[in-house]
Amino acid sequence: MASDLSIKLAAANVNSQRLAGAFFTDPWFILLLGLMVVNVVWLAVGSVPVPLSQLWRWLPALLRGMWTNIEISILAMLLGTAIGLVFGALSLSPSRLLRRLVRGYVQVFRNAPVLVLIYFTTYVFPFEFNLFHWYIPFPDWFKVVIGLGLSASAIIAEIFRGAIQSIPSAQWESAQSMALRRTQIFRYVILPQCVRRMLPPWMNLYAGITMSTSLASLVGVHDIVDMATIASNTVARTDFTVLIYFTLLLFFFFYCYPIARATRLLEKRHERY
Amino acid sequence: MNATESFSPTVLRSPQRALVQLNNVHLSFKENEVLKGIDVSVRQGQSVSIIGPSGSGKSTILRTITGLLRPQRGEIQVCGFPVHTLKSEKEFVELRKRVGFVFQQYNLFPHLSVLENLMISPVKVLGLSRQEAKERAFELLRNVHMEHKETAYPGELSGGQQQRVAIARALAMRPELILFDEVTSALDPEMVGEVLNVIRDLVRDGITCVLVTHEMRFAEEVSDVLYFTEAGHIVESGDPERIFRQPRNERTRVFLRRALGEAAPLAAPRSVQLG
Repeated sequence: MASDLSIKLAAANVNSQRLAGAFFTDPWFILLLGLMVVNVVWLAVGSVPVPLSQLWRWLPALLRGMWTNIEISILAMLLGTAIGLVFGALSLSPSRLLRRLVRGYVQVFRNAPVLVLIYFTTYVFPFEFNLFHWYIPFPDWFKVVIGLGLSASAIIAEIFRGAIQSIPSAQWESAQSMALRRTQIFRYVILPQCVRRMLPPWMNLYAGITMSTSLASLVGVHDIVDMATIASNTVARTDFTVLIYFTLLLFFFFYCYPIARATRLLEKRHERY
Repeated sequence: MNATESFSPTVLRSPQRALVQLNNVHLSFKENEVLKGIDVSVRQGQSVSIIGPSGSGKSTILRTITGLLRPQRGEIQVCGFPVHTLKSEKEFVELRKRVGFVFQQYNLFPHLSVLENLMISPVKVLGLSRQEAKERAFELLRNVHMEHKETAYPGELSGGQQQRVAIARALAMRPELILFDEVTSALDPEMVGEVLNVIRDLVRDGITCVLVTHEMRFAEEVSDVLYFTEAGHIVESGDPERIFRQPRNERTRVFLRRALGEAAPLAAPRSVQLG
């Protein structure tokens, strides 16, 4: 009994050590700790520095800006995924002409700098459409969505093509011998296996696109970078400028880092199966 | 089913009685001629084995039977279908409903559980209700001694277990004919027995089957007719006992001496190239 208990205690010890280790490598926890330390210092000194009080004032604007970035990234990924899946499938079509066209599309948009694409879509499209006598506005942020979506679609088309081709031909043979039709094989056998393989690179791309949304400020979208620029011009203090851009880095980090971690976890799980 | 009287070339080649009939089948991959005029006949209820060296065209014969490969010349009649002339997907589906295929590498669907592997075609192709398909699947899993494993995924099973599931999956379609393509060649030696036992039971129950195998003793034991192929030709065919005891052809004699004579045919190194 006694030895049992000691073993259990030892095990608990190891666990708690591991737990503590996990805490101290967790960036959220480190940030929290840092904030606590800073607060304690301020409490002792009895005053809050000017840049910080300013940051507090501008925080709602920053958050609203960040929301714009997130919106743009999600819509761009939706658009990119929709186009990318269609083009990825077409790149395996029996028609040679179709394959060539898709190949061309993918190469053009894969090799285009994102910023150039964003400028391109901003100035190619009008600011509103005239449909009969209605005027439908075509806002700048949506043009950014299209620019980023085009870039994403080319990459997703490649990811999808690669995933389909990575399914061994024996799976096709096996499904055929089970009397399934081509469309059924695609739907029940090939696609589900593709989705599992595509998820990690897709999430990687999502993190990348999210970071690229910071370019939207360059074409006049009121995103988080635009907000930070306005704030820094208004406050006009070097220490505040440094602080607010640092805050931006943190914002992006805490949005993208969990995605990267989840991707890694998925990849690990995939290796096991 | 009496092996000694079932073999006679004239009886075997009468098309109205044969479930499978291959006449003068030629097939080549580009320059490489794999089948050089193959004649095979399988009657209802017969168990037929094809043996021969690796690369002699054994697996290719099975693939032509179920239409996975199309010969350049020759006629193939399977379950009443002229396989060599089939074109539309619908016709192939009708053929493959009746012909089961078990692969050397099992080829289960890795993203589906054992139960779902057995249910997908009965539900999607035969139109069974999920309940009916499930009952059928459970019964078959019992037959191959894989009950209690229905929720497992193929990746969690041993090779022998996967192969037994693959056999059950083929049987779930209630095929008239089942083709076994070197089903024990990818298995560790200790798992060969469990798979052969399942096949032995099936043959005993009177299923029509064609076995491509390297298990000489097993082929001799279960088959009514044996074919020996070499380099794309059928060199010798007939009653397995007769062929094993006194092969007429010199090449059959050399092959059998090598396959049976050397210590353990199971452990003998094999070429990677499939037959």
